[in-house]
Amino acid sequence: MDAAQPHIEVRGLTMAYGSRVIQKDLDFTVNRGDIFVIMGGSGCGKSTLLKHMIGLYEPAAGEILYGGASFQRADDEERDRMRRGWGITYQGGGLFSAMTLAENVALPLQQYTPLDAATIGELVSYKLALVGLAGFEEYYPSEISGGMQKRAGLARAIALDPEILFFDEPSAGLDPISSRLLDELILHMRDALGATVVMVTHELASIFAIGNNSVFLDAETRTMLDYGDPQRLLTGSDHELVRRFLSRSAGEGA
Amino acid sequence: MSPAPAADPNPARCAIEARAGGSTLVLSGDWTVARGAPRAADVLPQLRAQPVRELGFDCSALGSWDSLLVMLLLGIEEECARAGIRFDTANLPEGALRLMALARAVRPEQHARPARAPWWRRLLTGEPLLRAWGELLGALAFLGELLIALGKLCLGRANTRARDFLWFVQQAGPAAIGIVTLISVLVGMILAYLGSVQLRQFGAQIYVADLVGIGMVREMAALMTGVIMAGRTGAAYAAQLGTMQTREEIDAIRTLGMSPMEFLVLPRLLALVLVMPLLTLYSGVLGMCGGALVATGMDVSWTQYLHETRLAVNLTHISTGLAKSVVFGLLIALAGCRAGIQCGRSSEAVGKATTRAVVTAIVALIVADAAFNIVYQRLGI
Repeated sequence: MDAAQPHIEVRGLTMAYGSRVIQKDLDFTVNRGDIFVIMGGSGCGKSTLLKHMIGLYEPAAGEILYGGASFQRADDEERDRMRRGWGITYQGGGLFSAMTLAENVALPLQQYTPLDAATIGELVSYKLALVGLAGFEEYYPSEISGGMQKRAGLARAIALDPEILFFDEPSAGLDPISSRLLDELILHMRDALGATVVMVTHELASIFAIGNNSVFLDAETRTMLDYGDPQRLLTGSDHELVRRFLSRSAGEGA
Repeated sequence: MSPAPAADPNPARCAIEARAGGSTLVLSGDWTVARGAPRAADVLPQLRAQPVRELGFDCSALGSWDSLLVMLLLGIEEECARAGIRFDTANLPEGALRLMALARAVRPEQHARPARAPWWRRLLTGEPLLRAWGELLGALAFLGELLIALGKLCLGRANTRARDFLWFVQQAGPAAIGIVTLISVLVGMILAYLGSVQLRQFGAQIYVADLVGIGMVREMAALMTGVIMAGRTGAAYAAQLGTMQTREEIDAIRTLGMSPMEFLVLPRLLALVLVMPLLTLYSGVLGMCGGALVATGMDVSWTQYLHETRLAVNLTHISTGLAKSVVFGLLIALAGCRAGIQCGRSSEAVGKATTRAVVTAIVALIVADAAFNIVYQRLGI
C-alpha cells in the first residue's frame, strides 16, 4: 500500500430511529485498500452504521464522504453514480431466489453497462470463477449451500468492479473452514481489485486475520469507544471493554 | 481500482505484432466494463492465423482496465495452452495476474443438475397421479390429526390457549367488519339493480326486496364473506404458519412437547368457524340495506321494502345460509393452516403457501356451495 489515502470519511455521524439515538458522534476514516471492521456487542448498531454507509438510511446528523465528496449533500444523480462504485453483500446473501446464479450476477451488468449478451455471459462465468463457483451458473440460490450463497452474493457484488465492498456479517452461519476460505477470498479480492472493504462482523478470527482498521461501537454510551488497527486495540486500547471484547474475556460485570 | 477514466474516449484496442523474440500482443486504451472492449473471440482468429511460438505483452499504452481485460487474458491463455504457445506474463499488470490466478484456482467442472424426465414419460409413469394420491393422503392425515386434537380439546387436555383463540376471533371478526360492510352493501345494490331492471317490465319492482333478501341470506352473504375471509384470514394463516415454519418455530413447538395442531391450528380454526356465521348474518342484513337504497330510488318506499322483506325471508332461508357459512369457515381455515404447516423453508415457499391457501379455499368454497345447493334442491328447502 502507498501512503494512506482517505477513501471513506465519517464525520460527526449521529444515527437515530425517530427520537431513539442508536449511536452518536461517530468520527473515523477508512483509507483506500483498508479492510475495515465495524465491531461491537449485539444490538449496538453495527448493521445500522453499515446501512447508513451504503445510503439506505439518512443520518440524523453528520455526513459521510466518499473520496472527499459528501453523499448526503449529493443530488440523486450523483448518489447513483457513487452507489455504482459500491458492491454490497447482505447477511443472507440477498440473492434473487427466482433467478439462477448467472442471472443474478448478470443483472447489474445488464442494467449499467453497454455490453452485449455474449460478453456479459463470459463476464458472469469469470466472476463466478473468481469466487470458486465455476460451473454453477444454472443453479438457483435455493439449490446451493449457505456458504456458496454467500460467495454467489459476493460474485454479484463485484459484478461492476466496485471500489468499495460492503459486507454484513460475511461469515455468520458458516463453519470455521468455510468462513476462513471466505476471509481469504475477501483478502484476495481486496488485493486483486484494489478495493476498499468495509465489513460488520464479530468473528474474532476474521477480525484479526484480515482486518487492518476497525471501529468499536458501544451500546451503553452509544458512541464509538476506539478506532484503529485491531491488533493495536487488543493490547493498546484505553478502554477495557474493547480489550476484553478482542481477547474474548468476560471480565467483571460483563 | 485504476486511475479515473479519461474524459475523452480512449477506445480499447489490441493487435498482434511480430517483434524480435516472438509475437507481442499490444494492448492500449481503456478496458472498462462501462465502455466495452474487444473479446477473446475477436483476437483468437488473429492468433491462429500466424505461426506464433511465444506470446508476450506490451501494456505501455494501456489505460484503466477492469474485468474485461482479465477475461480476455484468460481466454488467450487458454488458447495458448491448447496450441502450445508460450504465454509470457512478464509485462502484464500485477493486479490482473492475481485475478487470473484466483479465477483459475477452481477449475470449472460441470455440476450437471439432475435432469427432469420429459413430460410424456412423467405422465406414463403416473407421476401426477402419484402426486395427487400423496396429496390426498396428506390431507387425510391432516384431518385425522385435527380430529384427535379436537377430541383432546373436548376432554380438556389440549394445550390450546384461550388467549390465542380470542386474539384470532378479534383478528377474523371485528377487524374485518369494514371490508365486509362495504362488499355486502355493494353486492346488495348489484342484486337490486339486476332484479329491478327485469321486474320493472312487469311493474313488479316491489319483488326486488324478495330477490335481494333471499339472494343475500341464502347465497351471497355466505359466499362473499367466504371469499373475503379466504383472501384476508386464510392467506394470513398460511403466511403466519409458513413464516413460523421457515424460522423453525414449529420445530420448537414440537420439541417442547406441544402439538402444533392444538397450539396453532385449533385456535385459528375455531375462531374462523365462530366468526363466519356472525359475519354472514351481518353481511345479509347489510346487503338488504344496499338493496333498499336502490329500491327506494325506484318508487318503492322504505316501509314497503321492509314489509316485503319480512314476508319473503324466513328462518329456513337464514339457517341454510348459516349452515353454509360454518362449512366455509372450516374449509378456509383448513386450506390456510394446511398450506402454512406444509410450507417449505425458504421465503419464496411462504409466498407459494399463501397463494395455495387462497386458491384452494376459493375453489373449495365454490364446490361446497354447489353441493349445498344440490342438496337443498333435493330436500326442497
